[in-house]
Amino acid sequence: MNAPSITTTAPTDAVTRKFDLGAALKDAVKTALITLGLSIPILAYKTDQSGADLYLTPRWGLVAIVCAIVFGLRLVLHAFTASRAYTKATPSAHQATEPVHATPSAFQHVSRFAIPFFLGAALLFPALVYLVQGGLTESRYWVDLGILILTYVMLGWGLNIVVGLAGLLDLGYVAFYAVGAYSYALLSTTFGLSFWICLPLAGILAAFWGMILGFPVLRLRGDYLAIVTLAFGEIIRLVLINWVDLTNGGAGISSIPRATFFGIPFTAGEGGFAATFGLEFNGMHRIIFLYYLILMLALLTNFVTMRLRKLPVGRAWEALREDEIACRSLGINTTNTKLTAFAIGAMFGGFAGSFFAVRQGFVSPESFNFLESAIILAIVVLGGMGSQIGVAIAAIVLVGGPEILRNLTFLQAVFGSGFDPNEYRLLLFGAGMVAMMVWRPRGLISEREPSVILKERKAISGSLVKEGHG
Amino acid sequence: MEIFVQQLINGLTLGSIYGLIAIGYTMVFGIIGMVNFAHGDVFMLSAFISLIFFLILTAWLGISSVALALLIVLVIAMALTSLWGWAIERIAYRPLRGSFRLAPLISAIGVSIFLSNFVQVAQGARNKPTPPMVRDVIVLFQGESGYNVALSYKQIIIMVTTAVLLTIFWYLVQKTSLGRAQRACEQDRKMAALLGINVDRTISLTFVIGASLASVAGTMYLLYYGVVSFSDGFVPGVKAFTAAVLGGIGSLPGAVLGGLIIGLIETFWSAYFSIEYKDVAAFSILAIVLIFMPSGILGRPEVEKV
Repeated sequence: MNAPSITTTAPTDAVTRKFDLGAALKDAVKTALITLGLSIPILAYKTDQSGADLYLTPRWGLVAIVCAIVFGLRLVLHAFTASRAYTKATPSAHQATEPVHATPSAFQHVSRFAIPFFLGAALLFPALVYLVQGGLTESRYWVDLGILILTYVMLGWGLNIVVGLAGLLDLGYVAFYAVGAYSYALLSTTFGLSFWICLPLAGILAAFWGMILGFPVLRLRGDYLAIVTLAFGEIIRLVLINWVDLTNGGAGISSIPRATFFGIPFTAGEGGFAATFGLEFNGMHRIIFLYYLILMLALLTNFVTMRLRKLPVGRAWEALREDEIACRSLGINTTNTKLTAFAIGAMFGGFAGSFFAVRQGFVSPESFNFLESAIILAIVVLGGMGSQIGVAIAAIVLVGGPEILRNLTFLQAVFGSGFDPNEYRLLLFGAGMVAMMVWRPRGLISEREPSVILKERKAISGSLVKEGHG
Repeated sequence: MEIFVQQLINGLTLGSIYGLIAIGYTMVFGIIGMVNFAHGDVFMLSAFISLIFFLILTAWLGISSVALALLIVLVIAMALTSLWGWAIERIAYRPLRGSFRLAPLISAIGVSIFLSNFVQVAQGARNKPTPPMVRDVIVLFQGESGYNVALSYKQIIIMVTTAVLLTIFWYLVQKTSLGRAQRACEQDRKMAALLGINVDRTISLTFVIGASLASVAGTMYLLYYGVVSFSDGFVPGVKAFTAAVLGGIGSLPGAVLGGLIIGLIETFWSAYFSIEYKDVAAFSILAIVLIFMPSGILGRPEVEKV
């Protein structure tokens, strides 16, 4: 299946010449011409509608800018790779033995301080925002953004169990998110159950669905498994749309009961949260409570994952990710191992979904489309599959980044007033996923540490060949 | 009876489009063993390319003959979409040969997200309708209840174009040296390289052929439905992949057969059961086929080598 790569470029070529400007220019021109070819109809003409007819608006200026950018980037890339090839060509004395002594990298030193830092920042975030914005009501936007980011952190960590630890590509993760959300929405609106009863139920139901869906598909090979999970995700969404009697179809379920502070509602009147604790009523109390709720749920996900990694089942997941055939020959029941990963990942998806429903007060099938799965997957992939802190950072950058960019007014001055970075968000996600696979297939922060070490730290196959053999 | 014949015609038309897309999946899978997830979006992109060139030809250059315009559009769309196919392979897939197994699929998902959003940003999120290009129909026979069984000209165009292109393509793969190189790479890439076949170029050409057939499907899709939007790549892409798997992934006649079967199932399901659940049916078939008969109808069972 996985034949070794056959490359035709000779590496010695780049070493002998330091930087050949002529060749680089020629190549950059070639690349720019290809870009021109690629952008001819799609970028050069925009179709607009007037009445029933379409008409075309030429945009050759844009094409010229794009081609110029590509030309420049290609040139820079050539200069960069040439100089790097030159430095690589002069071997260091330790080169032969370097990879074998896998000393902790610079990042691993930093990460020791990074975890308490991120934890502290997350815990103090509402207070910090309160101080900076100077009031509870003013800080609403930022706390909402924090909740959004943490939801994705949690989803990323949940999916990380399946993709990062067990090495199963799940393209339908959003289905379990949907199961969790609809479980809470239906249980609370139909039976009047409270959030605190529904939360575990939603998790259990999602895990149950994970097992039902997982059982038949888990003996498939990796990419088939991915496609089948994608199909299941879409089937669940389509059923949610079309089963109008149960789910109210595309209109969704609204007026879902709000979360309570362990039974005390966040209302203005007597017996509400503010009155009980002698505070002045403010709608932000609920938002801040939701923030800490999702923070706790996310930390729970992380805690469980970290503990599971040290249990036999977690070790079996990682072994499975590295080499399934070896696992089978060592007597690991691969189906059960995969099933536990699938079910536990689904359970956390269900928790997150239930939180989503209680936060929004409204669920509809459109919140659970394939794009959502793709975003969560992008977070896991860009975070470096398997790394917890990497996933958190990726979620902050990918979800929070566009929001922060939108607030930078100077960008609007550069790109025009209608500039909305959110439009380009998915474009960059897609390009980022490709770039990640090409340059750092194990993620920005590759964590391929074995969780048990016998006497001394040795390099594992993953760090030797940089990209393992999945 | 009349409805049955009518649905049969509609199903075969739809099936030809799926079959054309499915060939792209099956060839790429055959030669490098990856699911080219972005293929559906290449198809969508080609529909946009055809749309824009159709507008240029009819509105700006004033070509009134639909047949001529369609032919020119087809040629241009094939050329430009091939360039896209080539570029995607070069940028997103070639550097990943020999990487871990899921890397190409993740990269392909990235390309897919990129392409659909690129078209959305460049062309806007709305549906793009075209004026109907070919309207005429041939009434084959009239039922007792007054239900006309009609074969429209565009259905004829779609089926004939598909048949002609498949014949050319079949000749290409079976009789030319390119086809031989391709089949050799499919069997053993290392050995093919040792025997002097330029493997990289052959793989590139596979992507080019796949993309150009997808562009024919894109043009035909535009002709058939008269509307296209940036999100139109996903569902037809998945259905065509289903077709490829159903026919036996890696098998070229299987892809066409699978496409026709999926097209027929979809139209009959919509006509006799429920139109809301037609995509559920397609996705369910995909899951069922992958779980119970992953080697498809005409495929060879896969042997896992250690």
